Amino acid sequence: MVKTSFCAMLNLSAKAMIKVENISKTFGDFHALKNVSLEVLTGEKVVVCGPSGSGKSTLIRCINGLERHDEGLIEVADNRLTHTSSSLRAVRSSVGMVFQQFNLFPHLTVKQNLTLGPVRTRKLSQPDADKLAMAYLERVRIPEQADKFPRQLSGGQQQRVAIARSLCMEPQIMLFDEPTSALDPEMINEVLDVMSELAGSGMTMICVTHEMGFAKRVADTMVFMDHGEIVEKAPPEQFFSNPGTERCRDFLSKILAH
Amino acid sequence: MTFCRLAGLCCLTLLLTGCSGNWGWYVVDPTVPAGWNNLKFLLSGLYYTLLLSFTAIVISIVIGLAVALPALSANRALRRFNRVYVELVRAVPILVLILWVYYGLPQMTGLSITVFWAGVIALALSDSAFEAEIFRAGIQSIDKGQYEAAHSISLSYTDMMMYVILPQAVRRILPALGNQLVYMLKMSSLVSVIGMQELTRKANELVVVEYRPLEIYTVLVLEYLVLILIVSAGVRWLERKLQSDQRG
Repeated sequence: MVKTSFCAMLNLSAKAMIKVENISKTFGDFHALKNVSLEVLTGEKVVVCGPSGSGKSTLIRCINGLERHDEGLIEVADNRLTHTSSSLRAVRSSVGMVFQQFNLFPHLTVKQNLTLGPVRTRKLSQPDADKLAMAYLERVRIPEQADKFPRQLSGGQQQRVAIARSLCMEPQIMLFDEPTSALDPEMINEVLDVMSELAGSGMTMICVTHEMGFAKRVADTMVFMDHGEIVEKAPPEQFFSNPGTERCRDFLSKILAH
Repeated sequence: MTFCRLAGLCCLTLLLTGCSGNWGWYVVDPTVPAGWNNLKFLLSGLYYTLLLSFTAIVISIVIGLAVALPALSANRALRRFNRVYVELVRAVPILVLILWVYYGLPQMTGLSITVFWAGVIALALSDSAFEAEIFRAGIQSIDKGQYEAAHSISLSYTDMMMYVILPQAVRRILPALGNQLVYMLKMSSLVSVIGMQELTRKANELVVVEYRPLEIYTVLVLEYLVLILIVSAGVRWLERKLQSDQRG
């Protein structure tokens, strides 16, 4: 109840941070996205779920230009996404991304992973970047691992480093592409805790995940995708208790069954 | 370890060959003044062999990288440039290229060129095609996720290559690069045909004077052998060091 009214308050003042209008994307004969539209407000947390191959990863990869959309319009923090390098860099500088496979740089230490972007892209001095890195490592609760190499860490720790690496770019939006799907079960919570905390700090987030407990706790809006389309979009209370479509009900019954 | 084995090999060679009546080791016997002088003469070629090979390998790596990067571009014309360069340069025998650069290039351009630089240019060009293929393979072996992560922190293309992709690629292709260095050391002997005063040329000149090809060329073989074993050990050391870097 509290959360709902907080959202309503936000909605009054907030403007769209991400605008996706009628985008389509094909890979050869495969229609990954069909005419998808989505608006995400400043500070809004959107959780996207759906069966595999439904286009959820493609959607968020389009938002920071990792995939090139064929048709439609994407606007991120008032920057229109075209595929010129200046537009890509403008968009990417306001968007952080966390990948399923972490994608840390294996030849760099944890701290170097975190400072590379700030030093090269944001032109921070090395000492300033180091300070920033340590601050974010504190925030994901692994400052003691700063001088280790990624492969010396557990999966959960690596994913937290990856989150910290994105945060060091001080983005306005964070995208999560199945951040816990590659983790052993006992490590999922440490990553979800960090994400929940981040959500609490007011970050605009889009998470593709099957962690429905996390979704219930954190999401302002649930999105269900199937066959490249957004089938359902609703606040979590309504989404989980009374899904509007057969396909969504079917999907939820499968993943919530156990 | 390597050195023990090497010393053993040398002793064995000397023992075996020394027994035969056809050998006259006096030409390179360090205990007599004439032999010592001959030996010094042979070894004096080492300087140019090393200088030539290392200069050529550095230049060929730079050209190789510059030729490899277009192969990974989305632009078809750039990819075609890479293919044409690699196929053309790879098709020319090194000896032919050396002769062509030394005798042909000055006539074509009107510039005079020293023996040393003719050798460097020919070796570097011919090797660059192979370096390009090695770099391409190394870069292509890097996971797509590394590029995506680099994009997601909005690194520029140059920064991404310099700090993320190439450092990882170079670690993977180091054994192949070591091979090319060994190959280059051996191919530098061909530059003797245009008069470069390196190991092989020195041996040839001494043979003409002393007329003991068997002993002198045996020393030459040993010179290359020792040199290359040292270089191989160096490359392996570097490999180990870079690997332990990654494991911490």
